[in-house]
Amino acid sequence: MKQLLNRRNFLKGGLAATASAAVLKNKKTEAHSFEGYPDGMGVLVDLTRCVGCRSCEAACNKEQGLPEPAKPFDDFSVFDEMHHGQKRRTDETAYTIVNRYDVPEIDHPLFRKIQCNHCEEPACLTSCFVNAYTKTPEGAVIYNPKVCVGCRTCMIACPFYIPTFKYSSAFKPRIMKCIFCYDTRLKDGKPPACVEACPQEALTFGKRTDVLKMGKQRIQQKAGKYVDHIYGEHEVGGTAWMYISDVPFDKVGFDTHVPKEPILNSVKEFLGIVPMVLTIWPGLFVGFHLLATRKDKVKEMKEAEDRNNNDEKEGQA
Amino acid sequence: MRTRKKIVRTAFALAIGTVFIVPSQTWCMDASDAPESVTIDTMSDLYGPVEFDHLMHSEYASCQECHHQTTGEIVVDPNCGRCHHSHDENDIVSCSECHEADRFNKTYLKTLENPELYHFDKPGLKGAFHLNCVRCHEITSGPTGCQECHTMTEAGEKRFNTGSYAPAKGTASSGHEH
Ligand code: SF4
Ligand code: SF4
Ligand code: SF4
Repeated sequence: MKQLLNRRNFLKGGLAATASAAVLKNKKTEAHSFEGYPDGMGVLVDLTRCVGCRSCEAACNKEQGLPEPAKPFDDFSVFDEMHHGQKRRTDETAYTIVNRYDVPEIDHPLFRKIQCNHCEEPACLTSCFVNAYTKTPEGAVIYNPKVCVGCRTCMIACPFYIPTFKYSSAFKPRIMKCIFCYDTRLKDGKPPACVEACPQEALTFGKRTDVLKMGKQRIQQKAGKYVDHIYGEHEVGGTAWMYISDVPFDKVGFDTHVPKEPILNSVKEFLGIVPMVLTIWPGLFVGFHLLATRKDKVKEMKEAEDRNNNDEKEGQA
Repeated sequence: MRTRKKIVRTAFALAIGTVFIVPSQTWCMDASDAPESVTIDTMSDLYGPVEFDHLMHSEYASCQECHHQTTGEIVVDPNCGRCHHSHDENDIVSCSECHEADRFNKTYLKTLENPELYHFDKPGLKGAFHLNCVRCHEITSGPTGCQECHTMTEAGEKRFNTGSYAPAKGTASSGHEH
């Protein structure tokens, strides 16, 4: 069932098929590999330091002029909220969310902050066919609403389910996501609002290469405290926001199955060699069509499964 | 001549020591050298100043648990002990003289590029306080909720959408414990 519901893989398959067709036509292609910006900034998130105070959420809300929250930011009942069986997620009203995890082996709860990870080679960017996304030399992945056509491919492409869509107007599509406080802070060399607000310095801002070094040093110096892994050093080709933890990452909600190379690598190669509008649109629309029809199929299958389950239950009774 | 000067100087220092510093085996400070109370108001306008009862805390913890090697006690962390093994107290003892209040400003970040810098991951002032306070408060069942130590200002209520700025249907809880 999980496989079935993985929209991204599905679309990726569609895109890759179009891509490989084009590659065949053009015979030999050279993969222009983008190494990221060497001086790009990053943030090291140390899960062992976070106390779930939600100061970061409050700071982001004000910095980004987001709507009033449903509950105050010092209300900790939000940690118990479940939405469709899932913990809270970022949406068009909150670019960052802190969730609580109760790990049986640990005698205190753990907290994890979610926001855009500002990938070195962002899938949202490579998948966007009107180039609404930019990875800036400072490290931020920003978005230009003026060119966005509202196709939402980026939402499907992002391995961390970050971009969300603002439904307020059908004519003015707008993707909402954390922008690393680019306009108001990062571009002037200032730390993001959430980082500045964090009392525990659970968020350490600096050059990506420097904060990576800090992460490695913390893991090495506090022997046995941390899991020997920096999430985001290599995941999806590297991210500007990286994480260290004292429990395995899958216990605190991280997807540990994301590839260690950029998502949609094949699509990017393809984008480099063909005028994309001509070639990618048909592929995309086929993808959309399939997506639309597949939804029904999924529903059908789910119903069938439910029926089966019911049959089984009845059988047992 | 030289040695004589030295002797005089040592005697003088000892004399001062007996007057101003409680005599002890080593040249090490103790709680009575320290202020009884410290007002911490260097940061954020979201919470009012904190009156830190230094005397009370010095009864709970030894100096080095907060001040590292600077008060002349031997550090416990073996990693620090690799370099800091002297018993001498330092000229600099207060937190804010080593821990940068504006930890992420451009100029400070630039200093981290120096390849010779050993302490390149030193927490800023706010981080140093909270990391140390909260960690110990968790062990000793001291206060850990934000508002158990800090009084929120109006600016804070605005920032957190709480108190008089709470959303219409919101529920507020005071401080956070875990
Ligand atoms: S986390 Fe998602 S939205 Fe953010 S840069 Fe990476 S792919 Fe794009
Ligand atoms: S970097 Fe800025 S936009 Fe992103 S979560 Fe932090 S405060 Fe919000
Ligand atoms: S402000 Fe810092 S300590 Fe508080 S919830 Fe956010 S990341 Fe955690």
